[in-house]
Amino acid sequence: MLFAVSAPRAGDNPLAGRSSIPGDLRVLVIDESSIRASIIEQGLHEAGYADVTIIDNMNGLARRISDVNPDVIVIDLENPNRDMLESIFQISRAVRRPIAMFVDKSDEASIEAAVEAGVSAYIVDGLKQERVRPILKMAISRFNAFSRLNRELEETRGELENRKVIDRAKGLLMRSRGLSEGEAYALLRRTAMNQNRKIAEIAESLVTAASLLDPGTKE
Amino acid sequence: MTTRHHITAGFVPLLDSALLVVAKEKGFAEEHSVELRLVRERSWASIRDRLAVSHFDVAHILGPMPIACNLGLSAPAPNMVVPMALGLGGNAITVSAALWQEMANENATPDLDALANGAALCKVVRARKGEPLRFGVVHPYSGHNYEMRYWLAASGIDPDHDIEIVVLPPPDMGDALAEGVIDGYCAGEPWNTFGVLKRGGHLATVKAAIWKSSPEKVLGVNARWREANPEAMTALLVALYQSSVWCGRPENHMELAEILAQPAYVGRDAALLMPALSGQLSVGGGVVRSVGDFFVPNAKAATFPWRSHALWFYTQMVRWRQISHSPENQRIAAETYRPDIYRSALKTSGIAIPSASSKVEGALTVETPVGSSGALTLGPDGFFDGGRFDPDDVDAYIAAQSS
Repeated sequence: MLFAVSAPRAGDNPLAGRSSIPGDLRVLVIDESSIRASIIEQGLHEAGYADVTIIDNMNGLARRISDVNPDVIVIDLENPNRDMLESIFQISRAVRRPIAMFVDKSDEASIEAAVEAGVSAYIVDGLKQERVRPILKMAISRFNAFSRLNRELEETRGELENRKVIDRAKGLLMRSRGLSEGEAYALLRRTAMNQNRKIAEIAESLVTAASLLDPGTKE
Repeated sequence: MTTRHHITAGFVPLLDSALLVVAKEKGFAEEHSVELRLVRERSWASIRDRLAVSHFDVAHILGPMPIACNLGLSAPAPNMVVPMALGLGGNAITVSAALWQEMANENATPDLDALANGAALCKVVRARKGEPLRFGVVHPYSGHNYEMRYWLAASGIDPDHDIEIVVLPPPDMGDALAEGVIDGYCAGEPWNTFGVLKRGGHLATVKAAIWKSSPEKVLGVNARWREANPEAMTALLVALYQSSVWCGRPENHMELAEILAQPAYVGRDAALLMPALSGQLSVGGGVVRSVGDFFVPNAKAATFPWRSHALWFYTQMVRWRQISHSPENQRIAAETYRPDIYRSALKTSGIAIPSASSKVEGALTVETPVGSSGALTLGPDGFFDGGRFDPDDVDAYIAAQSS
């Protein structure tokens, strides 16, 4: 579960004293997908940002943000808790007045790229654009890479599913028509070719039809 | 051949996404050559961001949010117009069983009366030792936040000091209530019905009791898109108006609940969506109360984007120190709502459209016929404490609320 509690008021912590090497920026990554969070974390480390904190559950969010006191917050755009996050900035002043999304409203191309990639960022007011841009760029590319990975996984999963349904259809044909495995597969393939459909589709229809005709049997 | 309009609309899975969903599902959009693509989102922040980068042309959005965008209160801030409201009312305030018991000890009743139950809550708050009560709302720039604060303040409770207000995603509110993380919340449907029927909550009052015929979600439109696509805008508004008529008919409510129940839309049992449509609300403890005007999709000019609604939201932004009052800010807020676009889109539809763009909120105690093209009755539109908001005297209203 994911709830905010009120945050203690953090004292002013002016940026003035900080140097401008990348490692000096505190970055907070909020992501309920811990895999994606660690992909981002790794990217940040490689780019020289040493001070990276990850939050992957939303308990006591306000207090934890105030403890981390980040300069930049990176969060999944689809996270349902973004409304909560923005209200934390507004009400509790838990962090030093972060502004939503991007440093510069005129920077439309990078806003678009970020939304496209599904990433959102909040940056402490006053932070120079050029200091934040590499973080955003990195987050965008890692989010895109993560989505690509997910798509590939989905496809692989789809192929596995197809293989399973074809096996079940072969089993049905072998039992009901006394065919060998090779003959059953050949019959499926011939039917698919004749109907101009995929073997998996023919197999699927066969399995569905069989379960309708005889709901008692599983195969 | 007529031009086809491709429109992408964002929505959040709530009962009052009904007008957009029905425009698509019942063919009203198609009838006007609008190919409406609906995209579900899980936060208002996401709706705003996707409007800003033109992933969405229009969206189901909290009434105050386009105003906040135009005032530069959120970023990225798409320049927005509101040419139509998506109904009136629809929210409620749910409290935990424990808090309800304490309120009942102070004479709160299950009749949802905002005055008596607000007074009971005030006594509970005054007597309370230790941690302040915590209430959830859906967003800082929401009707929920403002109406709950209005109710609390008018009941003698300072919403910033006597209790604590936090923001939560509506689907999490019932669980947060059951786990004791919050003591109450103001949300739209089906989340109050869910809280009562599935998580042991109790309704304290409803939006329609705090402020009758009050504004809630609106159609937020990217201003650039509207300028570039005036015909598509008109076609969509006509379709949405027809949709509002359909949604308002009691004989369609069961079908509407079933449409919204689909996984692509609200994705919850139709049984959780019906009470808000029928007005037969489960209050808690097995009690059902009839609230005829709980959610109003079409009657009483429910889709008209009143400038006085925009200005009332603005006064509350000022009241709760989200923005400072200035003539310029007031103008930006008022001009975000665009009754002129509504009129020009619907003038040939033969429907009753109010002649005025603003009205004194809280002036009507009964249903009243008003000046319009065609027969139209408005109201009652009263605030539970007898308050009145005159949009021609915003300064006085703000001054009275800040004292």
